[in-house]
Amino acid sequence: MNEKAPTAVALDDATVAFRLGDGRVYTAVEKANLAVAPGEFVAIVGPTGCGKSTLLNVAAGLLKPAGGNVRIFDRALPGLNRDAGYLFQADALFPWKTALDNVAIGLEIAGTPRSEAVRRAREWLASVGLAHFGSRYPHMLSGGQRKRVGLAQVLIRNPKILLMDEPFGPLDAQTRQVMGNLLLDLWNADRKAVLFVTHDLEEAIALADRVVIMSAGPGARIIGDWKVTLSRPRDIFETRMKPEFHDLHKEIWSVLKGEVMKGYAQSAQAAEAV
Amino acid sequence: MSRLSLLALQLLVAVVVLVLWQLFATVPVFGKIILPPFFFSNPVDVFAQIVKWFASGVIWKHLAITLWESILAFVIGSAGGVLVGFWFARQPTVAAVFDPYVKMTNALPRVVLAPIFTLWLGLGIWSKVALGVTLVFFIVFFNVYQGVKEVSLTVLNNGRMLGMSERQLMRHVYWPSALSWMFSSLHTSVGFAVVGAVVGEYLGSAAGLGYLIQQAEGVFDVAGVFAGMFVLSVFVILIDIGVTLVERRLLVWHPAPADGRG
Repeated sequence: MNEKAPTAVALDDATVAFRLGDGRVYTAVEKANLAVAPGEFVAIVGPTGCGKSTLLNVAAGLLKPAGGNVRIFDRALPGLNRDAGYLFQADALFPWKTALDNVAIGLEIAGTPRSEAVRRAREWLASVGLAHFGSRYPHMLSGGQRKRVGLAQVLIRNPKILLMDEPFGPLDAQTRQVMGNLLLDLWNADRKAVLFVTHDLEEAIALADRVVIMSAGPGARIIGDWKVTLSRPRDIFETRMKPEFHDLHKEIWSVLKGEVMKGYAQSAQAAEAV
Repeated sequence: MSRLSLLALQLLVAVVVLVLWQLFATVPVFGKIILPPFFFSNPVDVFAQIVKWFASGVIWKHLAITLWESILAFVIGSAGGVLVGFWFARQPTVAAVFDPYVKMTNALPRVVLAPIFTLWLGLGIWSKVALGVTLVFFIVFFNVYQGVKEVSLTVLNNGRMLGMSERQLMRHVYWPSALSWMFSSLHTSVGFAVVGAVVGEYLGSAAGLGYLIQQAEGVFDVAGVFAGMFVLSVFVILIDIGVTLVERRLLVWHPAPADGRG
């Protein structure tokens, strides 16, 4: 199999385990195999607590897998993934920097002169629709605006891979759709490889080229992989109305539903045990 | 309530207290003076004493000395607290080794150190500065230590993923976080710097507000003691207003600087 297609992110039998406080070992993800091609938008969907974010941290190099390999552009990942931009679920902006400085910082630390970094940060703020918010501090922005700044902060460095951990999770339903469209527009411009983690199946189908389903943890595995053939460029609002969307949703949900139930049952058990 | 009526009520409280004080100190009730002047003086005498101090200009020298001691105590204590706080937070082993000694020193009522400092540093300003430093240092130290320790892991990981080196993380993440904690305890640490200076002066010195109060007390000049206390509290309030102004400038990014930590 030397003729494999090139991959941006590849996990080969990646196993992630944590040592618990009482010395036991908790296996979060077991032997996950996943390949993201350059320019491909892949969404990972799974029940709460199945280790989706863990998998993303492995791809980012923030977490070392207990077993298996991580390859980035077909090379073993030695430490932090320098090709990747990471959009976190929680607030990750630097609260002591203005929106503009938050966006510019990625360039500044790489050695870009301040004036140049600020100029480009302004452009990026404009392209996420926050041209006039540069002087605001994060706490003066709404949740959706903070996510926009986060997106600009990550994209200004022009990473080849974009890792996103339920980035729009804390937002309200309308804002999520608006943010989804913004993301698709930005992505369409240069088609980075995207690994997008979410628990929202509709969001996954509307955004991605491929939807990957994970089983409930512990020892979560990848149990399904669907291609999304909906045409691009997409508009999330319209895409959700299409019959293909509904067919695919039904098909994937029939698999996911069981895992979601399992996930709930397990967390209920865990709660009882505590 | 409007600002004006609030101010009026606040003034009323002062007036009532002063009038009652003056009344009970000078007018006998059922043939007996409730507040004997020897122990309680009276507002008119206290006020006269304050006016005398300012008119003759003696007070300025004492104010300047106390202010200078407070500033030195604050600056030296803060610098030490920031350095050690950073060092301990980044080197858990060092922190663990010194932990019992830090706790011991902090548990010690600092007043007992005053005689030692006087012995070592003499009756001049440095023994007072040293006392203030021991107070300020621990507040700043604990806050900076906490600030570095409690940097949000997400923000830290974000810095790493954006390509920050350890040194850049220090400058863009740890340092601002530690400073924000330090600034939020600014009122407390500045207040303690003044406490250190005044207590030090009170216990043995040749100048300063604490010295003034101690001198008056030494000759049973109760009016002088009250006058000194009054000048001291106005002095502290003015410093506190200054701190609030500085804080507002430095913590613009902070959601609620007023009810900060520490």
